[in-house]
Amino acid sequence: MTLAEMQFQVPDLRLASAEIFMLLMACLILVGDLLAKDQNRTLTFVATQLTLIGAAVITFASSSGDTAYTFSNMFVGDLMADLLKLLLYLTVIVILFYSRGYILERPQMARGEYYSLALFATLGMMVMISASHLVTIYIGLELLSLSLYAMVAMNRDSVPATEAAMKYFVLGALASGLLLYGMSMIYGATGTLEIPAIAERLYLGQFDKGILVFGLVFVVAGLAFKLGVVPFHMWIPDVYHGAPTAVTLFIATAPKLAAFAMVMRLLVNGLIVVSHDWQQMLIILSVLSMAIGNVAAIAQTNLKRMLAYSAISHMGFMLLGIVTGVVGGDARFALNAYSSAMFYVITYVLTSAGTFGMILLLARGGLESDELDDFRGLNKRSPWFAGVMMMMMFSMAGIPFFVGFFAKFSVLQAVVAAGQLWLAIVAVAFSLVGCFYYLRVVKIMYFDQPANMSPIEAPLDMKILMSANGLAVALLGIFPQVLMSLCAFSLLRSL
Amino acid sequence: MSGTPLLSLAVWVPILAGLVVLATGSDRNAPLARALSLIGAVAGLLVTIPLYTGFDLHTPAMQFVELKPWIPRFNVNYHLGVDGISMLFVILNSFITVTVVLAGWQVIDSKVAQYHAGFLIMSGLLNGIFSALDGVLFYVFFEASLIPLYLIIGIWGGPNRVYAAFKFFLFTLFGSLLFLIALLYLFISSGGSFSILDWHRMPIGMTAQTWLFLAFLVAFAVKVPMWPVHTWLPDAHVEAPTGGSIVLAAIALKLGAYGFLRFSLPIAPDASHELAGFVMALSLIAIIYIGFVALVQEDMKKLVAYSSIAHMGFVTLGFFIFSPLGVEGALVQMISHGFVSGAMFFSIGVMYDRAHSRLIADYGGVVNTMPKFAAFFMLFAMANAGLPATSGFVGEFMVILAAVEHNFWVAFAAASTMIVGAAYTLWMYKRVVFGSVANHHVAELRDINGREFLIFVLFAIGALGMGLYPQPFTEVMHSSVDELLRHVALSKIQ
Repeated sequence: MTLAEMQFQVPDLRLASAEIFMLLMACLILVGDLLAKDQNRTLTFVATQLTLIGAAVITFASSSGDTAYTFSNMFVGDLMADLLKLLLYLTVIVILFYSRGYILERPQMARGEYYSLALFATLGMMVMISASHLVTIYIGLELLSLSLYAMVAMNRDSVPATEAAMKYFVLGALASGLLLYGMSMIYGATGTLEIPAIAERLYLGQFDKGILVFGLVFVVAGLAFKLGVVPFHMWIPDVYHGAPTAVTLFIATAPKLAAFAMVMRLLVNGLIVVSHDWQQMLIILSVLSMAIGNVAAIAQTNLKRMLAYSAISHMGFMLLGIVTGVVGGDARFALNAYSSAMFYVITYVLTSAGTFGMILLLARGGLESDELDDFRGLNKRSPWFAGVMMMMMFSMAGIPFFVGFFAKFSVLQAVVAAGQLWLAIVAVAFSLVGCFYYLRVVKIMYFDQPANMSPIEAPLDMKILMSANGLAVALLGIFPQVLMSLCAFSLLRSL
Repeated sequence: MSGTPLLSLAVWVPILAGLVVLATGSDRNAPLARALSLIGAVAGLLVTIPLYTGFDLHTPAMQFVELKPWIPRFNVNYHLGVDGISMLFVILNSFITVTVVLAGWQVIDSKVAQYHAGFLIMSGLLNGIFSALDGVLFYVFFEASLIPLYLIIGIWGGPNRVYAAFKFFLFTLFGSLLFLIALLYLFISSGGSFSILDWHRMPIGMTAQTWLFLAFLVAFAVKVPMWPVHTWLPDAHVEAPTGGSIVLAAIALKLGAYGFLRFSLPIAPDASHELAGFVMALSLIAIIYIGFVALVQEDMKKLVAYSSIAHMGFVTLGFFIFSPLGVEGALVQMISHGFVSGAMFFSIGVMYDRAHSRLIADYGGVVNTMPKFAAFFMLFAMANAGLPATSGFVGEFMVILAAVEHNFWVAFAAASTMIVGAAYTLWMYKRVVFGSVANHHVAELRDINGREFLIFVLFAIGALGMGLYPQPFTEVMHSSVDELLRHVALSKIQ
């Protein structure tokens, strides 16, 4: 074959235009930041935010609603990807606003790297969301993970942060290894790395079941690590606790959207034919996560650690939506179940951003305010922000009229529709356990006397955004229809 | 008037008023907060009056119906409506809210706006529970109403308030989570409807009915509360501020009983008949055993709390006799208990505000220093004991009559409570009010002021009016109760 005979096709770059833009801008900001003299990196911050807004505009404008593949079927653009990416940009924008004040008070962190790493992590998540090839998923995942490892270690004089970063890196590398190993087995069983092709081979029965299920176990383990569900949850409390709160905020929110997309791409788009096998595994992970997450959270005195265990239980609850998509080979309820899980993840990210944002809001003068005691008597210090935090807590506990209730409601509805009543009963039983520690936060804010009466000093933009976040939790709880049907519609067009 | 969304007003006027009150902020604006909340509460009561005056006595159907899609994704509707069973509770609740705002007028001096806003918002949510005809809407109001009461007990409560608030919240939530699964099961098996009225018509097999009935029973039994899941109530009552106790006794306890009529009986009629004996047994235990428990209480609030459990035992007993007299008697008992227990808790609150004790032993000879108060307290103690000509008598008498028709020994056991009830109430009254002045605290008591007098008069009108002339209350119930019993008599098993 001569060079002239080689087929060379220019891939359709439009589908990936947001990713390309993000990559270019991230590199530019990284280099441009080297020249910055400003200690506060205001310009870097503004450029980062503008990049995210630009990416949002590109994604929105280039969204056709149809499913299309590019880069030799390695990259997919569909409505689910567009919706998740838009939410991702929004989340990162909000995160950066919340983190700004915290970072400024810590000169060792106040370099531009936080922003460029955040952009690279976002790019990684975008690639994960749009991956239709096992290698693409892996590339996106690694880009995200490596950025996060660096972000956790960013407060370099802090021993807990360094320890957390080390733990995160070692365990994360192990999980990546598991995932890769599982992917190689899937390749061995089906002979392809393209997710749609895998699905087709499985559908036609052209695969080696033994090897596939063997690989599936490793893939599920890798996914479970990234989602942070029991028994692959060990890193979550330590990393959440040890990382600077601004980074915890990042880890606790945006990557959940990408992890959801990864689960959808790998398990639902690719391996739906063997759903029976992975559903069995995920049910066990889900129940264990709800049990251990909720029970362990009760014992915590540190709010970040408590929220870490709460995150474990929430991801367990979300998995309930994933495991009830196919019942006895019947995929009638699939859309219902997966869109419920998607709604759950989105509302969790919204609430979680507000909760960690509140810890940042209370942090002053370079000190953390992540102990439960730091919230003592908050109602006396600031009734408004105590109210916002209370809404977050009741939303996480799943009490109406807050959006968390409808998230739990729609997932439970999918579980009951799948005929798995016992699973629904287990889920609500552990929700009841979980309610205790959320109520305790409310108790601390409202029933206890404040240790100090110092007013809350936070930049105005953060206060406004925090209030908007709280109102969103309440308003989406009263009018959940739009977001619910958006999830259902995007999945309908994508599956 | 037909075009006015009266029920929406009944729900949202208090809630919006509550938010406005909340916006007044710090305690510097306390007088404004109080005035606004009184305006809100009275406005909330006024909008419910047309529900009574415009009520059609001759139809068992839902009236003042509002139906709008809320969450089409799950076919959830904003569906409100009242029948003869629920309408009176909407009015009672709005009435109680006015008394609660008045009761907290001077007593509450910290975080005034939050206190009154909590009650106003709760009032709207409770109205929502009584008028919701959509399962999810009902559930959302049902659970959301926990939040204000949790905060009210926890912020303004007594020394052990944290324990009481948590116990109250978690007990009730435990019941309602199973209820949620029952709702979802009904949603799936009805082919995608959350309409309570659709569920009434839907045939359901016996096994499913039994499980549904049990799930409902757990939810509502905790709320009523029935023996043996009543233990949260005395704690909650003792620790709650006076207003919280009034709402808890007068309205919140009615939710469970109302749930039996709206869910258990019509959705699972066969299971209701099957398990009626079980519920009646629990009710009789509540009436007799809890009556004796009330007898030995040293804390007045605890005593009235236990007497509430015993009185609610009459309500559940009346429901499961399945006769018009029994159900109507139970409904009358519920409304009467709203007036009487509200007034009892207010009376105790009046004494507590002055002497800062709820223990019977700390009082004695109160009549010497508070004669006007003693007269009102006498009236409500008598009503609580079920003296004829007070509202307490009507309901209990109707239920006992119905029980006689059903089974003599059940009636005999239930009637015995008339003696126990009289014993614990009047004995408490005697120890607190009569005799010589017990100590210098009692000697320093001042009689009720104009505001307290007004509240007592409001309660007295309710208790006496209903006792002397119950017809306006019972006539609105007839068609709905008859229809309900006709429906419950039909088997749903196909």
